[in-house]
Amino acid sequence: MSVVLESVLEIHPQVAVRPETFGALAYHYGNRRLIFLKHPDVVTVVQALNDHPDVQSTLNACGVTQDRWPSFIAALSSLETSEVVRERQIAS
Amino acid sequence: MSAKSLVEEMKRGLDAPICLTWELTYACNLQCVHCLSSSGQRDERELSTEEAKKILDDLRDLQVFYINIGGGEPMVRRDFFELLEYSVANGIGVKFSTNGAFIDEEKARRLAAMDYLDIQISLDGVDAATNDAVRGEGSYDMAIRAMENLKAANFGQFKISVVVTRHNVSQLDQFKALADHYGAQLRITRLRPAGRGADTWHELHPTNGQQREIYNWLLKHGENVLTGDSFFHLNALGESLPGLNMCGAGRVVCLIDPIGDVYACPFVIHDEFKAGNVRDEGGFAKVWKQSDLFLSLREPQSAGACASCGAFDACQGGCMAAKFFTGLPLDGPDPECVGGDADEALSIISRGSEPKPSMDHSKPVTLTRKKLSVSASH
Repeated sequence: MSVVLESVLEIHPQVAVRPETFGALAYHYGNRRLIFLKHPDVVTVVQALNDHPDVQSTLNACGVTQDRWPSFIAALSSLETSEVVRERQIAS
Repeated sequence: MSAKSLVEEMKRGLDAPICLTWELTYACNLQCVHCLSSSGQRDERELSTEEAKKILDDLRDLQVFYINIGGGEPMVRRDFFELLEYSVANGIGVKFSTNGAFIDEEKARRLAAMDYLDIQISLDGVDAATNDAVRGEGSYDMAIRAMENLKAANFGQFKISVVVTRHNVSQLDQFKALADHYGAQLRITRLRPAGRGADTWHELHPTNGQQREIYNWLLKHGENVLTGDSFFHLNALGESLPGLNMCGAGRVVCLIDPIGDVYACPFVIHDEFKAGNVRDEGGFAKVWKQSDLFLSLREPQSAGACASCGAFDACQGGCMAAKFFTGLPLDGPDPECVGGDADEALSIISRGSEPKPSMDHSKPVTLTRKKLSVSASH
């Protein structure tokens, strides 16, 4: 599945995100992979995913202008592939 | 951001290390001839359990994701499991390197029950003769027994960690088959002339022809084989190998030794590369963030004699530690420069004049070394 504006995402619960000057490092404790988030704005969006209903509202809330949405969708899709983010599981 | 500019960012250093090695003890049941830390006997200044836990608290606060534990043989510490459990409970994953001597059936089950734990069993030959010549008599059987026990305990995918030498390059396929047999992952790393390895490097390091073999083998198998990105000097041969193409010393990597000294990387236990001690005021975080040594390593480094070489972007001049302990200038080619650019300089450095490791915890008698001098081919 690839990410679209209507996707409902969350940070993978086994992932830790550590801010760095270039963006952030993410570490997946499950598959032991280290992932580089190479832009601070992407980090902001990733960390805000859980607080908003879907990707589009997260982008709006983070002040990402519409012309930049395609690159953010691409970034989130690649982060989904590497399991940094995933489809949000229904909270119990 | 391109991969290249990311590397540039990393060279300026990170807020905390990505890859932190912590040698828990200089005590070891073995006396490997290439031991990076010249281990053997325990140092009486070794960090206590409480001091070790304090370091783990600091690393948790720095958001260090995982640590690489080694030694010596880390499992000889009586608080080994206590520290493992404390680390994992604080969200710091552990990879530890061991010769396997202490992984009996019961310990294997205990290890298998833990989360966020990786184990690397060291093995330097697919047969006892090749392995034991470097790691000592009985060490092959020791490692295989540990693997059997981990397999029987359903530990899952442990790692087999191989230091590539002149005598085992030809066994890479067999190492891979052995790893597959145990459902393990193969990890191969570069032999460094550090610790006792400084004494044996000239006899053990792969020949120039063998380096090309390693490179070709990694191009073919690299995606499934771990290397700690240690072969980036081979990138000068052409296409880049997978991994981070840079020296991470003091920038993304460092070493804490058993007495709390912090060095730029696991291969440079020498005063010149000592940044401070975790017992100093401010602890590890201050050493990482403020030590003069680490700050200077994060400055742009000169390519020196390599500046005019077309391959510099690919190999970055190689490994700082390998240059240092072979007596080569740090702003010049790696001793294993695939273009042969270090050969002349190496040939005029008189053996014995190279910098010596600052500490030696070797046991007084080193039988394996005597054995090696008989069996090694030149």
